Amino acid sequence: MPLPPAGAAIFQGAARILSGLLEARTGQILSEGRAWRMETALRPVLRAHGLQDIDDLAAMLLRKRDPRLDEDVVNALLNNESSFFRDLQIFDMIHRQILPRVQEHRQDRTLRIWSAGCSTGQEAYSLAIRLRNDTARWQGWRIEILATDISTAAIEQARAGIFSQMDVQRGLAVGDLIKWFEPHGEDWRASPDLRRMIDFRHDNLFDPRAPSGEYDLLLCRNVLLYFTPERRGDVLRLLARHSHAGSVLLLGAGETVIGQGDDFQSHPEFRGGYARKALTPDCAGGPMRRTA
Amino acid sequence: MKNCLVVDDSKVIRKVARHILESLDLTVSEAVDGQDALTKCEACPPDVVLLDWNMPIMSGMEFLQALSTAKMAARPKIIFCTTENGISHIKAAVEAGADEYVMKPFDRETLESKLAIVGVI
Repeated sequence: MPLPPAGAAIFQGAARILSGLLEARTGQILSEGRAWRMETALRPVLRAHGLQDIDDLAAMLLRKRDPRLDEDVVNALLNNESSFFRDLQIFDMIHRQILPRVQEHRQDRTLRIWSAGCSTGQEAYSLAIRLRNDTARWQGWRIEILATDISTAAIEQARAGIFSQMDVQRGLAVGDLIKWFEPHGEDWRASPDLRRMIDFRHDNLFDPRAPSGEYDLLLCRNVLLYFTPERRGDVLRLLARHSHAGSVLLLGAGETVIGQGDDFQSHPEFRGGYARKALTPDCAGGPMRRTA
Repeated sequence: MKNCLVVDDSKVIRKVARHILESLDLTVSEAVDGQDALTKCEACPPDVVLLDWNMPIMSGMEFLQALSTAKMAARPKIIFCTTENGISHIKAAVEAGADEYVMKPFDRETLESKLAIVGVI
């Protein structure tokens, strides 16, 4: 059997160090499908830090001299792919079915939404746009949208609300582009009104400190697929802690709660949505109880 | 199967658009300018028109104006597809009756999302 080239063997070693860093920092595993593009994703990091190749990078990480390097590597390896109104039918269901149901039950006229693993913010902005386009319905309501992601770079971009031409073309209707965005050089920027609606935070889904309170709608789409089954269970437990009996959880099209713990079950009304399993009398406070 | 009329004086753009649209299960026909498109729309109205802005004989804007007075059983959805990306151009296209707006270059995901927004797929 021919031996692999020396460089290939060394690269495998470097790849192990890099994927180990990603897992330690984020809980995400680097699947084969993502590993092949590791070198391309890390090219800007190599340039910025004056490093020759992946082996140099791994060696520098092991020396632990530059904490900024760790963060840059993690940001580069995370998949920040996102688009406005991704899976349009989900947004239609949210606004035609799920939110009207929340509105019927919520007596304190407060709507709380959490976009967990929000990447560069398109999901949260899509929700904000739909809510703002329906101001009459939400008159007198307090609306809180929390959007969190592990990537500091993604959160910075989301907070700035600046998107490329290609970004705004994917899923954003031209009417919403004109209404809610303004030209920003070659790019487009979300209006201050829209940006003010969303609280973007850098956050780790395994950090027990964050966030606080319970949410009526939780979106954690295309996030679980990057975790091991054990970690998926941890994330769902965290989401359950921030849900109440009337909350709705939405996952990505290829994701499920089945086999990932006992906290959620298929929602009886909303196709593809999940509801908290019945709470024990001690911890259930009614359909719209709130803790924060 | 829904029909899309691709209107562009560039053979390359028509070819690229056809390739993407056929992969989305649409039947595709082509027109080389606004006049050609108008004739084809009157003869057999498509479900959606992918419309270039700058074309010889009749531009995209002139086509939109002519389409508004044309006798047709059903008005097709119009997706403007152009290199003009200034906000004034976008607003002008929408005011003239375009349902959506795509800036070149475009990819499959972009076209797919716009077709979903106008309800064709």
